[in-house]
Amino acid sequence: MSEIEIRKSKMVGKQSIIFHNPPCIIAASSVAGKKEGEGPLGPLFDIIFEDPLVGKDSWEEAESKLITDAAAKVLQKAGLKSKDIRYLIGGDLLGQLIATSFGVEDLEIPLIGIYGACSTMGEAMSLGAMMVEGGFADRVIALTSSHFAGAEKQFRMPLDYGNQRPYSATWTVTGSGAVIIADRKYANRSNGEALILIKGVTTGKIVDYGLKDSMNMGAAMAPAAYETIKQNFEDLNIKPEYYDKIITGDLGYVGKNILLDLLKENGYDISGNHMDCGIEIFDKDSQDTHAGGSGCGCSAVTFTSFILKQLREGIWKRVLFVPTGALLSTVSFNEGNSVPAIAHAVIVEAE
Amino acid sequence: MSNEKKGSVSGVVREPDKKKRNENYNQYVKQVTPTFSIWKNCLKAFIIGGIICTIGQFFINYYMYIGADAEMAKSYNTLTLVFLSILLTGLGIYQKLAKFGGAGTLVPITGFANSVAAPAVEYKKEGQVFGIGCKIFTIAGPVILYGIFTSWLLGIIYYILKQYAVV
Repeated sequence: MSEIEIRKSKMVGKQSIIFHNPPCIIAASSVAGKKEGEGPLGPLFDIIFEDPLVGKDSWEEAESKLITDAAAKVLQKAGLKSKDIRYLIGGDLLGQLIATSFGVEDLEIPLIGIYGACSTMGEAMSLGAMMVEGGFADRVIALTSSHFAGAEKQFRMPLDYGNQRPYSATWTVTGSGAVIIADRKYANRSNGEALILIKGVTTGKIVDYGLKDSMNMGAAMAPAAYETIKQNFEDLNIKPEYYDKIITGDLGYVGKNILLDLLKENGYDISGNHMDCGIEIFDKDSQDTHAGGSGCGCSAVTFTSFILKQLREGIWKRVLFVPTGALLSTVSFNEGNSVPAIAHAVIVEAE
Repeated sequence: MSNEKKGSVSGVVREPDKKKRNENYNQYVKQVTPTFSIWKNCLKAFIIGGIICTIGQFFINYYMYIGADAEMAKSYNTLTLVFLSILLTGLGIYQKLAKFGGAGTLVPITGFANSVAAPAVEYKKEGQVFGIGCKIFTIAGPVILYGIFTSWLLGIIYYILKQYAVV
């Protein structure tokens, strides 16, 4: 490869991309449930539903409604119609992505359905940014959702069954977050706020350290976050201080400590600038959420409310957003398999 | 790798062999994951379980007082406790009780009733047949199956012992 070709390449290191013309997040929306609304980030959410069924008959329909409303809200905030959107990239935790399929039905936007468990927001934003920067789309929506009761029903026990949650267990966030990623020429700069750009991504691999406890997802996912973050540092040849914040999705208290330990052993100290959405979204003492929040919605609503606000207001200049996912199923768990995990990193900058 | 590395974070990061790395990681995770205090849990289970049983004894005494014989009073008591458990499950209270009481709410008959009622409530939306019908015993099913199986097995052992006049 000639020098010019190397310079033209957007591939960096083993697993990363740095965009030449970074796409822009032109709008974002966050929809959350009552418990999330009562949490520390409550005042920042666009819509809060007091009713866990959001006026629907089942948990699954309720989750679809969260997606529908998140998509409608993000379009409204951007002043766009659904026909202005080229692709919709999204997914959720329910089997066969039914929350997404039913939730986006009326939008009539070409859909790319993805499954990354709780890392879905990172995966959707990565793909959306690549499509926009590659010229395959002018505007895309990336969205995801999760619902506490729907996730409990699918992965754990019926809600009213009397059992005790271990301290390592997380609480699935009821909520949906959506962003519109577009070429920067579509960004509205009239209000003087900072432009939010997706500078690059590091796509994660499946990481499995042989942990089988499905009630300790933080510990199962921490190695995935560790490997993706380490890869990002190596690919870009940077130090942790390059970022104002390194934000993981839903490691919770147990996973956070493991991540810090693992990175420290490699000579990277991120204890000063690490943050975890699962820890931020609930107040563990008053809300009894044990290890913290989890689910696709956890990182999505934290990103679209709190993280974007910090970037827009210039409090942070550059963050590494790393949603983490545990890719187990009830079948793989019952058959005695360990919990494979993944983490996708997205570099987000304010300009 | 030496033993001192077991369960330490360097034994995870530095171990080239994946199997050993995973073993080290599992040990390390065990050390850093907080767990319930077993004694505190036992005490809570003892108190809550004891209260449930005392309520049961109260019902037995009451039914005997109003004229039932001992056998009948026990059956009425079972019915009453099962009814109360299902009612509390439907109202979403039993779950809260179990969060505190743990095994104290699981072991008495009320726990069994809760494990049948909870899936019924959850799966009602999926229909009378494929929802409630198919899934009502998702939690209690194993107890019923292996309960019947065990009593069958014991019955055979009892029969054989009886043939040889041991019992």
